[in-house]
Amino acid sequence: MNTTTVNAEKLTGFKLPQLRQVFSGIIVSGVIRLVALPLAGILAFLLLWSVTAQNIDTSLGKFPGPAAVMEQFNALYDEHQRSRKKEQAFYERQEKRNAERVAKDPNYTPKIRAYTGKETFLDQIITSLVTVMSGFLLAVAIAVPLGIAIGLSKTLNSAINPIIQIFKPVSPLAWLPLVTMVVSALYTSPDPVVAKSFLNSLITVTLCCIWPMVINTAVGVAGIDNDLVNVSKVLRLPALRHVQKIVLPASVPMIFTGMRLSLGVAWMVLIAAEMLAQNPGLGKFVWDEFQNGSSDSLARIMTAVLVIGFIGFLLDRGMLTLQKLVSWDKSASQ
Amino acid sequence: MQWTKPFTKLAASLALAVGFSSVVVPASAEELGYPEKEELTFGFIKLTDMAPIAIAYEKGFFEEEGLYVTIEAQANWKVLLDGVIDGRLDGAHMLAGQPIAATMGFGTKADIITPFSMDLNGNGITVSNAIWEEMKPNIPKMDDGRPVHPIKADALKPVVEKYKADGKPFNMGMVFPVSTHNYELRYWLAAGGIHPGYYAPHKGDTSGQIDADALLSVTPPPQMPATLEAGTIYGYCVGEPWNQQAVFKGIGVPVVTDYEIWKDNPEKVFGITKEFAEKYPNTTVRITRALIRAAMWLDENNNANRPEAVKILSQSNYVGADYDVIANSMTGTFEYEKGDKREVPDFNVFFRYHATYPYYSDAIWYLTQMRRWGQISEDKPDEWYKELAAKVYRPDIYQAAAKSLIEEKLATAGQFPDFTSEDGYRNPQTHFIDGIVYNGQKPNEYIEKFAIGLKSGQKL
Repeated sequence: MNTTTVNAEKLTGFKLPQLRQVFSGIIVSGVIRLVALPLAGILAFLLLWSVTAQNIDTSLGKFPGPAAVMEQFNALYDEHQRSRKKEQAFYERQEKRNAERVAKDPNYTPKIRAYTGKETFLDQIITSLVTVMSGFLLAVAIAVPLGIAIGLSKTLNSAINPIIQIFKPVSPLAWLPLVTMVVSALYTSPDPVVAKSFLNSLITVTLCCIWPMVINTAVGVAGIDNDLVNVSKVLRLPALRHVQKIVLPASVPMIFTGMRLSLGVAWMVLIAAEMLAQNPGLGKFVWDEFQNGSSDSLARIMTAVLVIGFIGFLLDRGMLTLQKLVSWDKSASQ
Repeated sequence: MQWTKPFTKLAASLALAVGFSSVVVPASAEELGYPEKEELTFGFIKLTDMAPIAIAYEKGFFEEEGLYVTIEAQANWKVLLDGVIDGRLDGAHMLAGQPIAATMGFGTKADIITPFSMDLNGNGITVSNAIWEEMKPNIPKMDDGRPVHPIKADALKPVVEKYKADGKPFNMGMVFPVSTHNYELRYWLAAGGIHPGYYAPHKGDTSGQIDADALLSVTPPPQMPATLEAGTIYGYCVGEPWNQQAVFKGIGVPVVTDYEIWKDNPEKVFGITKEFAEKYPNTTVRITRALIRAAMWLDENNNANRPEAVKILSQSNYVGADYDVIANSMTGTFEYEKGDKREVPDFNVFFRYHATYPYYSDAIWYLTQMRRWGQISEDKPDEWYKELAAKVYRPDIYQAAAKSLIEEKLATAGQFPDFTSEDGYRNPQTHFIDGIVYNGQKPNEYIEKFAIGLKSGQKL
């Protein structure tokens, strides 16, 4: 050991222990920063959680710890599997019944009705995701053009800004009763394409995530480098070309920042709206469990809370990745 | 050809039998007809008395009628009623007072009818642990030290008076202004000399707290235990499992069940709009048939199916409370104070004693209580009560359903009231906690009998 060190020292002219120290220092600090520290954080959180949980006695039993949540996660998954089997049996029974009726009454055209069983936890997750994405996309479709228009025109900005400033801080849930009543009044098809509850959630989400996008887009558009605007003027680009070639690319980082903010808001709003209005989705799941008051309820709610958080995190990461892909300004997308 | 004779005879009778059966089946199906609307959504509130709907679904009774039913829990009774009125729900588990009040125009105006009464009994009144400790000294005890039941509100009166003297409001919860629970709680309180307060809708007062000793307010059923725990209310009247839940959570003590306030009182109904029944007559009869079969299943063989029913109800999409909590009242017992479990075999009745038949006299009892507490602000003649009851309660639909079940041998005539002789009125009922007798034929005479409550000619 000793001799090799000495030889290496002679050969390279460097003191090997120093070199080793430098390299291992880099590796160790990387490992610590990327793996060990987050892991330690999570472990500490789990420990704190389970210790605290054991010391909180509610009238429905102890506050659920990590183990109880894991158990419920499995139980919910099993429930989902069982429900799928029931669904299959439902369709089989229906086909048999249809066949019997056709045998008796040849004029009857058999119809397959959708499964009437309950939505499982996984179904609720999908419902929530579909709702939040629909509401968000609708908001994008409204907010980005509106933001560009406001950013380009000072007059429009002065006219619309007060409205935005007043509506922006309104709690999403204050919109909900109004949305519910208006949708009920206007959307009265006997055979609706989408459910009223879906429409209610969607519009509430849209109303709440429009504002950050409008503001960010407008600020981004208004703040375009004057040189770029001058280029456009020199080239005499028509208005639409100007927006397409100069404004949009230049303001993409800001637009995406707005979108990321909005999606975060949208996800939070949706869960709250579902809880309040009993619209299908994760929020309804939480509220139903609270109303059930069973001894599993708290653990199930905690499971839903973690899933909601995790999905929120994934949505944010997804937007960030998208932002990095389409944005020229890589430094802005941290 | 002698030997062929028996065979031809057999063949002939066989042909006859086949021919006959092939005639009979379509004939009865023709009589009833296929449902006009097959995909239905029914609402319910998380309470054990929604059981007939859950059972009709889980046991396939709806599907056997060609109905594909989705069952949705609702947040509270108001949301549920609005859902039925605006068509989001095709039908729902309702408070008996809801179709009556809606038809009358108290609260929301809408024509809602009921072909099916869902159960008898099933409610209780619970007070917080602190109030129970204060009540206890006023309650006589049995030899083994347990309190004598039924407990009357007389035991609560000194407590309420103390609160009043201290200037503190005595708050209690019920589930809806026209709920059975509101009337039961009022009945019990008034029988013990505690004034629960009057309504005066003609003056815009719908809080029902005029002249009140105890202030009653609305809380949705599943939230009752949490509201009691938070100290917002000192007691409540609600359906199961929310009284037993208080015992399990150790936050309150059920002092009396509605079975003790009025033995075998009519409870929830299945409500649909009049428009629905007119537009979809076959569907309406078929729904009623499925519900009758579910109720029969629930009471079959001396409640033998109840454990299975409890298991179904404890699923998170129905009532969702723990099996043990629901089983406590559904399987013939009721636990008062923790550990004080007593036999109440008829706590939840779904079919016995003609529980599902929509008697006019049941509707009229609710109307008498609405008049007693001022929700009906003016005197009405007996005929008015009877006409309104006949508008809402529809034994004709029930009879059509029951008769077709009897014809198909799914039920026997003996299980139902004698349709040829009954007139929609139960015999005068005597089992009230204050000993007053109720005769549905004479509502005004009945209203006069109460010490606390509006009398004829009285208007607030």
